[in-house]
Amino acid sequence: MNQQTLLTPVVRMEHISKHFPGVLANDQVSLELYPGQVLALLGENGAGKSTLMNMLVGLYRPDSGSIYIRGELADIQSPQDSMALGIGMIHQEFMLVGNMTVAENIILGLRDLPFVPKLDEIKTKITELSQRYNLQVDPDAVIHDLSVGEQQRVEILKLVYRGAEILILDEPTAVLTPGESRDLNKIIKKMLNEGKSAIFITHKMDEVIEFSHKVQVLRRGKTVNICDTKEVTPRDLANMMVGRDILFSLDRCPFNPGGVKLKVEHVTVNNPLGSRPFLDDVSLEIHQGEILGIAGVAGNGQSQLTEVITGLLPCSAGKIYIDNKEMSHATPLQIIRAGVSHIPSDRGAMGTVGDMSVGENLSMKKYRTKEISQGGIIKRSFMRAFADKLIKTFVIKTPDQNTCVKFLSGGNIQKTVLAREIDSCGGLLIAVYPSRGLDVGATEAVRQNLISQRDKGNAILLVSEELEELQMVADKIAVMFEGRIMGIKDVKETNTEELGLLMAGTTTVRRDA
Amino acid sequence: MRLAVVKRDTKSKSMAVLIPLISFIVSLILGAIVLLASKSSPLQAYSAMLKGAFGNARRFQYTIVEAIPLLMCGLGVGIAFRLKFWNIGAEGQYVWGAIGITWVMQFWKFLPTFMLLPIGLVVGMLLGAAWAGIPGFLKAQWSVDETLTTLMLNYVAIGFAEYLYINAWKAPYGNMGTPEFPEEAWLTQVWGKVHSGLFIALALVVILWFLLYKTRWGFELNMIGKNPRAARYQGVSIKTNIVLAMLISGAICGLAGSMNTAAIAHRLTKGVDSGYGFTGIIIAWMAGLHPFASILVAIVIAALKTGAESLQIAMKLPESMGEVLQGLVLLPLLAGTIFIEHRLKIIKQEAQ
Ligand SMILES: Nc1ncnc2c1ncn2[C@@H]1O[C@H](COP(=O)(O)OP(=O)(O)OP(=O)(O)O)[C@@H](O)[C@H]1O
Ligand SMILES: [Mg+2]
Repeated sequence: MNQQTLLTPVVRMEHISKHFPGVLANDQVSLELYPGQVLALLGENGAGKSTLMNMLVGLYRPDSGSIYIRGELADIQSPQDSMALGIGMIHQEFMLVGNMTVAENIILGLRDLPFVPKLDEIKTKITELSQRYNLQVDPDAVIHDLSVGEQQRVEILKLVYRGAEILILDEPTAVLTPGESRDLNKIIKKMLNEGKSAIFITHKMDEVIEFSHKVQVLRRGKTVNICDTKEVTPRDLANMMVGRDILFSLDRCPFNPGGVKLKVEHVTVNNPLGSRPFLDDVSLEIHQGEILGIAGVAGNGQSQLTEVITGLLPCSAGKIYIDNKEMSHATPLQIIRAGVSHIPSDRGAMGTVGDMSVGENLSMKKYRTKEISQGGIIKRSFMRAFADKLIKTFVIKTPDQNTCVKFLSGGNIQKTVLAREIDSCGGLLIAVYPSRGLDVGATEAVRQNLISQRDKGNAILLVSEELEELQMVADKIAVMFEGRIMGIKDVKETNTEELGLLMAGTTTVRRDA
Repeated sequence: MRLAVVKRDTKSKSMAVLIPLISFIVSLILGAIVLLASKSSPLQAYSAMLKGAFGNARRFQYTIVEAIPLLMCGLGVGIAFRLKFWNIGAEGQYVWGAIGITWVMQFWKFLPTFMLLPIGLVVGMLLGAAWAGIPGFLKAQWSVDETLTTLMLNYVAIGFAEYLYINAWKAPYGNMGTPEFPEEAWLTQVWGKVHSGLFIALALVVILWFLLYKTRWGFELNMIGKNPRAARYQGVSIKTNIVLAMLISGAICGLAGSMNTAAIAHRLTKGVDSGYGFTGIIIAWMAGLHPFASILVAIVIAALKTGAESLQIAMKLPESMGEVLQGLVLLPLLAGTIFIEHRLKIIKQEAQ
């Protein structure tokens, strides 16, 4: 697969720089992509990967430097311009319009659309394409009603519908389950086999090795390394990105659980629309100083479990106790007051307020306490000191704490949520996909952080789709399937095969709580 | 060649100041075209307007008097707008304030006269709050769309006030309007026509600024307005705060109504639905919901009105001309705000 010689690159970016208030996001970056090639673009959170790609699709304008597409100087001023050049991008954060249908989203922004689009023709074409690439979606479905996995399929359909030849994939699998990622990767492979070229941003090293021919690493906006994928190991890559060795192993104290912190007893949450309840007679308990992992394919009740515990979802039947006090129908505020922290799965929609500053977002759990306010009045100086402390300990990359959260890189938004929730944890921490979108270094740090919280005696409920992460961090693993707990296993006494079977719902062994 | 509006990569601070200025100049040019078309000299017209608004102490006082209720209604709706709660019912809440004070002045005879004014203001506030609380409650409890409810409730309030001053509460003499309030219960004048309501309005500006920018509650309102899901997840009750914000919003608009009635008309009569509540929406919007900025905007809008009035007289222009000019000034100012976050771009189409 070495077509690099003699060909003109399909994309050539030369000495691109981009400056934002307080940061130089890209500093003289050059990049070359050859036909049929997959280039993996790697780098720490905030290294400037998304920014560089956004300039290729006309969302941002470079301050200096030039872009050549198929050898010709291109002046890309808008997403439509890049579309006309055959460039398509899947963004890190979804770019779909929630209350419109799949078909409407796919044609949205097309330049040569007639004033009254012929929806039937469009739908036929969508169906045809979705069959060809094995991307089942209903063109009439409203985006709101789709799972993240399905939404990601719509994003891909958008690209193929528009006939993109150069694909830019910004962490396309970050929000997907391992199963969904595998499916997505198959589709991407198929598109590449048709001769399309791609730039692939990911923090998952196995994807880099599997897909890419060439690797380019950014650090603080500059290119630090370009090499052939064949020549490197995941460990090398991690090292290049963060400039140090990643341990891939964690320190922990021996398992020494205290009293019961959280007890969930026969909890059921009805689903007003579906036939099967979100949660069906779920029982579990977590002790102080214990990490209980929740494994399972997304959509099997994990998010409802965390929301019913945190008071965001009403409990239809059963009881929830925190510190032996019944909290089944407590409000979210009462749960927070009971010392519960919650890292939600969706950092943008729930975890942060994009239009408020980093400092304010970091204070959103503690603004009621003396650490930030006095007698109902927020002390800005306290808030500033508090936020600075968290920015430092959790290594959040931001020009300053007054910057709006929406201007941070994806991974740094995630770190903002992690910092706030881990810092405010007063006994129970509920962490849903905490390492989503983090680079290898930050992932390691978060896992270590969860373990130190456990060592301090906090109880942790960790929802994750990666068995590997759960096996590394948790003491016990509960497997969820169709709203039920299929079994709770001690990490040391179970293995990947057994957990995998439980996740698929095949075992009937149910542990009685 | 095509023109396109594209989002700026970063929000521009200098533009936030420059754009209203440019919009204002555009407005003046547009106005000049209209004036020329109707064969009047724009220069003369504008200087007549300027004189009408600020030309002498009396005109200046008049402008301030107009600005007071505008400012208060702007502050009132601004609070609801922070929650993305589109309270367009300020007019109705204002009318209820006027009804409230009239009720106290006319029927609460058991009160000593010096108590009539303070109690009347408070009752006006409470009625305004209650009137705003209805759509707030409907929204919080059953997600009833507030734009419709608040709008419709205006007409109910205005109709009811009409019934009162034409029928039920009509003074024995004249053909409409309630009896005049006792003179000791009027709002005192502090500088010519300018009444002490000015101090109440300015105090409100400071109080609201403090509430919105310094307190925990203000922080919570900000969260709800910018991302309600995140606010709920952080333990902030959206339902309670919608009702609370609407009560305060209505109270301020109600106070504007009772205060202005006690200061100007001294009775409930025709003209109580003078549009301050609706104009308040424009003020809140143009001031970016900021209390201090609202002062400036309220004065500009009030000056437009007083200026246009004397323009009609000085230039012998039809009454509608003044209104056309007011509208012409507002349009570019409102349209201009989108250029703070967006920019115009010229796309050159290459010859094929
Ligand atoms: N619109 C913007 N305004 C201001 N700063 C921005 C903007 N977009 C990005 N930045 C800054 O540019 C830097 C690079 O961000 P970018 O999103 O490119 O990082 P990234 O490499 O994609 O990181 P991640 O892996 O976390 O997604 C960050 O410091 C970010 O704060
Ligand atoms: Mg990114």
